[in-house]
Amino acid sequence: MYSKGLKPLSLATVVTLATAMALVFFYAPLDADQGFVQKIFYVHVPMAIVALCGFVAGGVMAIRHLRSGDPSWDMRAYVAIHLSIILGVGVLVTGSIWAKASWGHWWVWDEPVLVSFLVVFLLYCVYYPLRFSIEDPERQARYASVFAIAAGAFVPLNFVAVRLAEAYTHPRVLSQTGGSLPGDMRLTFLVSLLAMALLFVTLWKLELTAKHASMELKKLRRKLNARVAA
Amino acid sequence: MIRAAKAILRKDLLLELRTKESVPAMTLFTLTVYVLFHFGLDRDSLDGELASGVLWVTLLLAAVIGVTRLFAAEREQGGIDALLLAPVDRTSLFLAKAGALFLFLSAVELVAVPAFALMLLGPDLGGTLPELIAILLLANLGIAAVGALVAALAAETRARELIVPLLLLPMLVPLLIAGAQATEPFLRQQQGPDDLGRWLGLLTLYDVVFVLLSVAVFDYLLED
Repeated sequence: MYSKGLKPLSLATVVTLATAMALVFFYAPLDADQGFVQKIFYVHVPMAIVALCGFVAGGVMAIRHLRSGDPSWDMRAYVAIHLSIILGVGVLVTGSIWAKASWGHWWVWDEPVLVSFLVVFLLYCVYYPLRFSIEDPERQARYASVFAIAAGAFVPLNFVAVRLAEAYTHPRVLSQTGGSLPGDMRLTFLVSLLAMALLFVTLWKLELTAKHASMELKKLRRKLNARVAA
Repeated sequence: MIRAAKAILRKDLLLELRTKESVPAMTLFTLTVYVLFHFGLDRDSLDGELASGVLWVTLLLAAVIGVTRLFAAEREQGGIDALLLAPVDRTSLFLAKAGALFLFLSAVELVAVPAFALMLLGPDLGGTLPELIAILLLANLGIAAVGALVAALAAETRARELIVPLLLLPMLVPLLIAGAQATEPFLRQQQGPDDLGRWLGLLTLYDVVFVLLSVAVFDYLLED
């Protein structure tokens, strides 16, 4: 059910990921003032973008779950949020390394994107205790979806608020990435972003397939047990 | 819908008047936190950013208590079943609970803000009252909307007391930013509004988003 197209997708992911790595190390030029460390940018930023999109996508899937009452959408939302949280750990770790290398501190509060990401990450960490402290599976799915929707709406709002607060104390030019990147860096960045997105979708499908399979197995086992008992 | 909401709200207010549970506890809590901040920071009087931060963090922590207790009466006395059996819209339940929380918070601030001015604040608050009240009311509206949603989300979980602060506080970060930044210029030695429009705008945006969102998703909570 979920495994359709998983094989070509995995192949595409591997190829894109390898291409992205090759571009990062052999094609993209060294940054003039940050040097080699700047290459963490090609991992850190795509990971952050994909994680945030995953959070918001989880909210959209949760809306579909509440609308249709189909528990498979809740499963999709759950896996999307789960993977985004894992990516989120990666974002915070790579962000910290980058901050240490380029600003000399492991954590900087005047980087609005990093700070908002931390707040969003802390909020989403509550998804697990909330979800797993509700026993009834149908209610668990419903409550988790409500959380996913509220938190999904919170993500953009939080970014606006933190950015306003930082711009207030530290006036600065807001757009640093994207527009001002030279061509070869931008190409490398876009390929890395694509690779990360493909990786996310592949892992998402894989996890869903595995969850679905183990659920089917449980069902079959229960049937078998009932028959043996009879 | 409005009539049902009014009835539930009246019940909550009556209950609070008779038992005097949430509001006095929240107020007492704010005073305790001021004392903690006094010793923790080792300062006799605060102004500017520090004062604004202490005030807002204290108010948000007090709000956590209110949100944790919001469905307490229903849960302990089993009234929630009766409420859910009654042929009223869930939205009216949300409106009533958010309204109760809004009034509780306003009542707490009626004591907590003057107490803050007396105990910790350096500059005089006198001339800035209208702006301050506007900021507090807008913030209360946002806390009430998010708080009622979080209270309902946590009501059915085993680890209720754990979920509420963990869920509520990160969600209130934008509100804290807007509230603290809007209040800060009034707590300085040289008072005067500074960028007030921007922060009131952010507060309003937050309120609109979360009131609409909570009304939209509340139907799916507290079912069956």
